[in-house]
Amino acid sequence: MSTRLSKLGRLIDRTKQVSFSFNGTTMRGFAGDTLASALLANDQMMMGRSFKYHRPRGVVASGAEEPNALVGLGEGSRFEPNQRATTTELFEGLSAKSQNHWPNLDFDIGAVNTAFARFLPAGFYYKMFIHPQPFWKHVYEPFIRKSAGLGKAPDAETRDADTYEHFYAFTDVLIIGGGVAGLQAAKAAALTGVKVLLVEQTAHWGGRAPVDGGTIDEGPVDKFVEQIVSELETMDNVTMRLRCMGAGIYDHGYALAYERLTDHAPQVAGPRHRLWRIRAKQIVTATGAIERPLSFAGNDVPGVMLASAMRDYVVNWGVTPGERVVVATNNDDAYRTAITLKNAGVDVLRILDARASGGGALADEVRALGIRVDPGKAIAKVSGGKRVKKVSICNQEGIGGARDEVSCDAVAMSGGWSPVVHLWSHCGGKLIWDDAQAHFRPDPDRPPLGADGAGFVSVAGAANGALALGETLSDANAAGLAAAKAAGGKAKRPKAPLGESAAELPMEPVWLMPANADTPLRVKSWLDFQNDVKVSDVQLAAREGYESVEHTKRYTTLGMATDQGKLSNINGLAILADALNAEIPQVGTTTFRPPYTPISMGAIGGEARGEVFQPIRRTPLHDWHDRNGADWEPVGHWRRPYAYQLPGESVEAAVNREVKNTRENLGLLDASTLGKLIVKGPDAGRFLDMMYTNMMSTLKPGKCRYGLMCSENGFLIDDGVVARIDEDTWLCHTTTGGAERIHAHMEEWLQTEWWDWKVYVANVTEQYAQVAVVGPNARKVLEKLGGMDVSKEALPFMEWRDGQIGGFDCRAYRISFSGELSYEIAVAASRGQAFWDALTEAGKEFGVMPYGTECLHILRAEKGFIMIGDETDGTVIPQDLGLHWALSKKKEDYLGKRAQQRSHMADPDRWKLVGLETVDGSVLPDGAYAVGEGTNANGQRNMIGRVTSTYYSANLDRGIAMGLVKHGPDRMGEVIEIPGTDGKSYKAKIVDPVFFDKDGEKQNV
Amino acid sequence: MKHYSAFAVAREALRSHTGWERAWRSPEPKKRYDVIIVGAGGHGLATAYYLGKNYGIQNVAIIEKGWLGGGNTGRNTTIIRSNYLQDPSAAIYEKSRSLYEHLSQDLNYNLMFSPRGVIMLAQTHHEVRGYQRTAHANALQGVPTEWIGPQRVKELVPIINLEGPRYPVLGGLWQERGGTARHDAVAWGYARACSAMGMDIIQKCEVTGVRQENGRVTGVDTTKGAIECEKLGIVVAGHSGQLAEMAGFRLPLEAVALQALVSEPIKPCMDVVVMANTVHGYMSQSDKGEMVIGGGTDGFNNYTQRGSFHHIEETVRALVETFPMISRLKMLRQWGGIVDMTGDRSPILSKTPLGNCFINGGWGTGGFKAIPGSGWGMAQLMATGHSPLTEAFSLDRFKEGRFIDESVAAGVAH
Repeated sequence: MSTRLSKLGRLIDRTKQVSFSFNGTTMRGFAGDTLASALLANDQMMMGRSFKYHRPRGVVASGAEEPNALVGLGEGSRFEPNQRATTTELFEGLSAKSQNHWPNLDFDIGAVNTAFARFLPAGFYYKMFIHPQPFWKHVYEPFIRKSAGLGKAPDAETRDADTYEHFYAFTDVLIIGGGVAGLQAAKAAALTGVKVLLVEQTAHWGGRAPVDGGTIDEGPVDKFVEQIVSELETMDNVTMRLRCMGAGIYDHGYALAYERLTDHAPQVAGPRHRLWRIRAKQIVTATGAIERPLSFAGNDVPGVMLASAMRDYVVNWGVTPGERVVVATNNDDAYRTAITLKNAGVDVLRILDARASGGGALADEVRALGIRVDPGKAIAKVSGGKRVKKVSICNQEGIGGARDEVSCDAVAMSGGWSPVVHLWSHCGGKLIWDDAQAHFRPDPDRPPLGADGAGFVSVAGAANGALALGETLSDANAAGLAAAKAAGGKAKRPKAPLGESAAELPMEPVWLMPANADTPLRVKSWLDFQNDVKVSDVQLAAREGYESVEHTKRYTTLGMATDQGKLSNINGLAILADALNAEIPQVGTTTFRPPYTPISMGAIGGEARGEVFQPIRRTPLHDWHDRNGADWEPVGHWRRPYAYQLPGESVEAAVNREVKNTRENLGLLDASTLGKLIVKGPDAGRFLDMMYTNMMSTLKPGKCRYGLMCSENGFLIDDGVVARIDEDTWLCHTTTGGAERIHAHMEEWLQTEWWDWKVYVANVTEQYAQVAVVGPNARKVLEKLGGMDVSKEALPFMEWRDGQIGGFDCRAYRISFSGELSYEIAVAASRGQAFWDALTEAGKEFGVMPYGTECLHILRAEKGFIMIGDETDGTVIPQDLGLHWALSKKKEDYLGKRAQQRSHMADPDRWKLVGLETVDGSVLPDGAYAVGEGTNANGQRNMIGRVTSTYYSANLDRGIAMGLVKHGPDRMGEVIEIPGTDGKSYKAKIVDPVFFDKDGEKQNV
Repeated sequence: MKHYSAFAVAREALRSHTGWERAWRSPEPKKRYDVIIVGAGGHGLATAYYLGKNYGIQNVAIIEKGWLGGGNTGRNTTIIRSNYLQDPSAAIYEKSRSLYEHLSQDLNYNLMFSPRGVIMLAQTHHEVRGYQRTAHANALQGVPTEWIGPQRVKELVPIINLEGPRYPVLGGLWQERGGTARHDAVAWGYARACSAMGMDIIQKCEVTGVRQENGRVTGVDTTKGAIECEKLGIVVAGHSGQLAEMAGFRLPLEAVALQALVSEPIKPCMDVVVMANTVHGYMSQSDKGEMVIGGGTDGFNNYTQRGSFHHIEETVRALVETFPMISRLKMLRQWGGIVDMTGDRSPILSKTPLGNCFINGGWGTGGFKAIPGSGWGMAQLMATGHSPLTEAFSLDRFKEGRFIDESVAAGVAH
């Protein structure tokens, strides 16, 4: 059984008991425990079920690389699936549930898959479930979906109760990893005076060196760590963060770190996670190394654990995973585990060293402790269901004929160490194969390159393949110094501390145990514990031609589990290389992608959620609209009133009332959202002549002109009224949704093509409150307010004046988008509400009412005015809309001019703007198409046009529509057929698009 | 080719799966082929497959710089739909979707095509009208789609938040026969079938030059030597521009990184595919249980197959608003692929200025769903010189201004 020892446990505080629950059972641990160590202390070795076969799974590692011990954590709106028990710090009241089983962890129906395992090899689903065709969706797939997945989905009905935040940091040197290497690199860098940010994913500085023993400057490692941490803490140029994982490295020195602020202390207020977005001149990854499992039959039985992890549990948390332990290894390091266990009072029954020559100095120490060492021996298989029962022993060089059996309850395995090269690789750093240590390590000659062509990432310590304590420290010292110099630090040469540890004999790679294991053993030798990928699966993939390491990964799912192959990848590709008769480096690795370990979506989203997901832009009149029955419509980032509902009134009725009132009396529209761009400078006129199809340079100050803007492909992208303010200043109105886009469009041309033109563009949209005063009584209300002369003579149509109305400084434009007598009056944004109030008050006797966007649309459609986004969709040119008059013929060029000369643009078959009236007066469906005879070569019904805008007009008491129709303007009076999706087919007559006041008498009064 | 079936798996199980043969051969190139396809992604393999199946042209080599299916075929978010607005797009995507329906049986390889349904959410009035327009067009194009209201959306997607404070869900365009398939399997299934017809798939072989004589293609230079051919098909997605340069012409394409990400796997919680274009994100749940998420493209050109993180942020943020529960899921992995974008965001399937040299590219962010239809049309074009499916997608359209602009209906995503 696994149990708490009476001594050891450098990270736990035995005076502080913590109670928690696992699958509903209350258990106890100590402050400083991880969930995994606490579960082991409660003899809970089995912590989950595997993905495919639902096999029992025990904890196998002690850190971020853990593939098995995943639990659902928390409840309700704080529930989170797939949390690693090994990186979950214990807290009072923690509630964890194991995953992927039914009805419970001990007895799981899904485990029947194990019995059928031989029928479910890698990629079985590509070969089965093919017939009959409908069965995949309706029978097979639902079953597979149900048995796949790991944790439960979070609750969909409640929102995440926690909050998240983003941090921005700029530093000279970012050091990822706070083990002895990271600490020493940080010190070396910091001494040069550069800014250093040091992040460590666990809650402790020092990494695993304190567990592994040895001395630094002749003292214990713990003491060194304590000293260097306090030294760094006193330096102003050093920032240090625990529980902060380097998650990803991106181009241009960008790095992500993921800080878990309250996962270990949910009672603390504040954000749960913090995502650091870091720009660093240089990045040093001191991310250590991860021990590899050995591939032998039964290596997935709970109780089989990495040798280093077992050592961690004993030393850090005072927990032993078993009472009688067998160690299997191909290197000297695992002997440390045997020594640690033995000294802690745990029986170590046997060390099986696959190397024929056995171990070095550490082996002698082990023997002196009375532990039997068997060189050249291997595990033939581990027996046991939910817990290791015994180990069968064979020769490593053989097919697995068992010679001997040892009954035990835990197995420590070590297949050597792999540097954590993920972060190095994220942004293109390349690897080389180190034959001596049988692992990939960063190739210093091929680092990730910055914009200047020089490397911006380097590696320190074990992550660089420098595994022995002495090498680790000197390597880290050099790396920290080099990074600091590259980041502009002044050269100092801090001496590396002297690390000393027991001498080790070389490891010998063991990719399969025993070397020639026969098929029955290979089908039980796991590579990927979570996804249930075995040695036999990789060999099958190779046999079937899935030879690229990417093919093998995707075919077998090797390394695709939540640990992303941290334990399995190197072992898997060694098996693949062997199957292909190739060298491991020729086979290569799959791509390392961020994040290093999974990070919460909440943290990625940051603060921007709910109300602040995207800012809502508010006009100065927003609150008034809200108080006065506005039915809101999102338009770009704005909200605009669609209509103003009176109490008890439907939206439709409100729209009809507004439409009639504006034509008959007086309507007010909040037009503040319309884009307003100031274009200024000696070349402004020339520039606008290029931007607009019309001639803007000849416009006289005081005058307005309706302008069209096309893309370089000739398509109409925006329209609006342009006013010339003075000799070198124009004010361009854009559509509401177009302001930012058109501003960017102008800037793009100015910055990339006409960078030498003297023009400045400023978006002043929000500086003004603009009110359209519309209707037969428009002039009356303005005259009542008093001030500037707004008569026909003083302020003619398409002109503007600065002045005062009702005591408000304003700019009045005599323009109309409704065909009514109409003024648009701009006042300073801060005066908007007061001005609106004055208009509303003064307008009472003239029947004033506010109107919304739908009324605006209907009024303009009655007049046949086009609306960007309705009549245009990015494929329509001005010529399609009968807007030839707005295309200047005098100008040599404007954006879109040449494009509009292309053959298809001049094609007489293009669909052209017309009005459409249903024969029975009903309203045409929005977006419907008109059909012609027959079908095209692809069997599609031939179409001859489409409805672009369609409304009920209260003024005309009938449906009116605009549309684009093939040869439309030549077919006035013809009736065309427009099928709806409602099963009805509509008959519509082609008419002039101007439905109301064809001669424009109402507007020019 | 040994037939795949449950029976075959059971039979092999009895001999520990030692009897499976290679899914595809790994031959050395011959001196000459009738047709060479450059690029063993989905589109290239499908082109070869239909050349063999529909036109009996089986002396074909498919040349691949890396590993087959290793480009965008193996990097996309596996969505299949055909609810496109413009006629030529709807035609080729619907052809594709209908071929997907029976492709597993056709190829004897389970591609896990799952018509689980695709919803494109409308979150502004403008989008409502856009999708209603698409529904009208689709009805006439023979593509069954339907406009559905918010309540129906909620029934189909229980984890959705209809009342987001920023963009409430106003309804959606629903294509019941859209869905997903296993992307790698599409490449593998076609590769196996091509190989079985005697075609040579030559991996790890980079084309370094295009040989020509009198304005006609005569072969290619590769890292495995020169190979002659009668006709050449360039089907290389993100690297179309480079191949075109070798062949002596230019393409109106730019290459940008498109990113995607997956969450850790969870038990089934969402059966249909949901696309939210207003907020730029889309999501489905794979059979493995991961939430598969895609977003927009980076705003700058590059070939790195990785992207900038701020796009991931934007996408995830949008989806947390749409599906609040994913806030407590974790991102397992993010990746990128290089897509080649045309000015109108529609593909190019075309003859080229070089005689007997054809090009298939420019699929932008929407290529995976088009693989069978693209291969079908491209094979017809290469074999007969004309295909109604590809006609509108010719290179001439850029000269003529005959664009096929789908951004009309869909702001970003595919």
